[in-house]
Amino acid sequence: MGVTLTVLSLLVLIPLSAVVLKAAHQSPTEFWAVATSQRSLAAYRLSFGAAFVAAVINGIFGVLTAWALVRYDFPGKTIVNALVDLPFALPTAVAGIALATLYAPNGWVGQFLTPLGIKAAYNPIGVTIALIFIGLPFVVRTIEPVLRDAAEDVEEAAASLGANRLDTILRIVLPALAPAWLTGFAMAFARGVGEYGSVIFIAGNMPYKSEIAPLLIIIQLEQFEYARAATIAVVMLAVSFTMLFVINAIQAWARRFD
Amino acid sequence: MATVSRRRATDDPAWAKVLVIGVVAVFLALVLILPLAAVFAEALRKGLGAALDAINNADALAAVKLTLITAAISVPFNAAFGLCAAWAIAKHEFPGKPLLITLIDLPFSVSPVVAGLIYVLIFGLQGWFGEYLVDNDIKIIFAVPGIVLATIFVTFPFVARELIPLMQEQGTSEEEAAVSMGAGGLYTFWRVTAPNVRWGLMYGVLLCNARAMGEFGAVSVVSGHIRGLTNTMPLHVEILYNEYDFVGAFAVAALLCLLAVVTLVLKTALEIQPGVRGRRGH
Repeated sequence: MGVTLTVLSLLVLIPLSAVVLKAAHQSPTEFWAVATSQRSLAAYRLSFGAAFVAAVINGIFGVLTAWALVRYDFPGKTIVNALVDLPFALPTAVAGIALATLYAPNGWVGQFLTPLGIKAAYNPIGVTIALIFIGLPFVVRTIEPVLRDAAEDVEEAAASLGANRLDTILRIVLPALAPAWLTGFAMAFARGVGEYGSVIFIAGNMPYKSEIAPLLIIIQLEQFEYARAATIAVVMLAVSFTMLFVINAIQAWARRFD
Repeated sequence: MATVSRRRATDDPAWAKVLVIGVVAVFLALVLILPLAAVFAEALRKGLGAALDAINNADALAAVKLTLITAAISVPFNAAFGLCAAWAIAKHEFPGKPLLITLIDLPFSVSPVVAGLIYVLIFGLQGWFGEYLVDNDIKIIFAVPGIVLATIFVTFPFVARELIPLMQEQGTSEEEAAVSMGAGGLYTFWRVTAPNVRWGLMYGVLLCNARAMGEFGAVSVVSGHIRGLTNTMPLHVEILYNEYDFVGAFAVAALLCLLAVVTLVLKTALEIQPGVRGRRGH
């Protein structure tokens, strides 16, 4: 118990407080000026916007993937199941350079997008693509156990009372998945907001356009603007804490239905 | 009708199955398989020899070595902490338990860049201990200790969060039985608690190791990117890529891909063991 608290405090809690203290070195006006500068705002917009869109897309395809894995049998299922965790196992920098190469204008995928007038890499679309990769397993792995445990007899009851399959899925199955779906969505979103390695290679990193918030911290650090770096970090920490709180609240809410 | 299909009420029509599996297959191929294939294709673009040369040189080998050292320190540390924390949380009652669990999970919700920044603010030149460290000629930031610290931070929750629910499920009855028959605390831990959680422990260690070897953002902030000295494999990939040495970057990346594939194979094998939770986002 004592060991746990000591290690936790020394390695996590005290270091995290260093960011807040550093940011507090400035006057509130200075803090506010850095936290809400045009460049910072553009970076938050991109980080939050891309993370949100990616989480929505993962929310849709994640449910389908979990559904296929739990309810259907198909050849290669074990491999697909293992592969879903690839984003957890693959270093983010590797994912980053691979995606940048794929979606570059002359890349395997990019070459088909260029004639359509879509510029994927070095653009906010590229950021979103990287965050889809990073977030997918969060959604699949939170929905999967709930879907596995879901009682099929409720579905049978719905069917025996005359509901067609689509009705049963829309009105019985999906509502029961809602808490897990929201948790997975929030986790993918939270991870996406802070993600760095997989994004910077494909983002293009142009200020005001394709510069993510974590990169802004790095840029301030490289200019030895420690207080400014800490300021943006505090904003991101506040978001992390809020997301953590939201995820815990969703899970507490979900447990009421158990 | 020649064949009567006996479809249960909870079975989806065949066309729906084909459609869902088809959509999922295309999506996963695009999002997961294509990047993996691209890494190996780019690495082998100039033949196997060029790829091997990119790995078999002093800087790359130094990066491999540093990555192995970092993992060799941070993974056992977090495994030991995870065991301690899970033991304290699952086998004892105290107020504020949910808060403690949330705090242990905290590093997962912090951006890796912020994880690196906090150690720069403490141990960097301008940091809390900056002067003291300079006076005593101790290097933490832009050196190996900083890399290890940042790696420990980002991989902090892996083992603990795997073991906490597992130990909670197992309860305390076996330990109580051992103690009532005269076993000491440590003996009980090694002979009763630890064997019961060994698969879960291995599972947590596996995930912890994959992240420790692959961490980029946090390590990038504290490393200083000194070739041959403070470059881990993911950082080496970045440097080569930014220098347009694509074959080199993708060759080292391919090594990391192999690590990921081995991790996934072991993970799949571990998931059939009793007591392994897995199947959960982290």
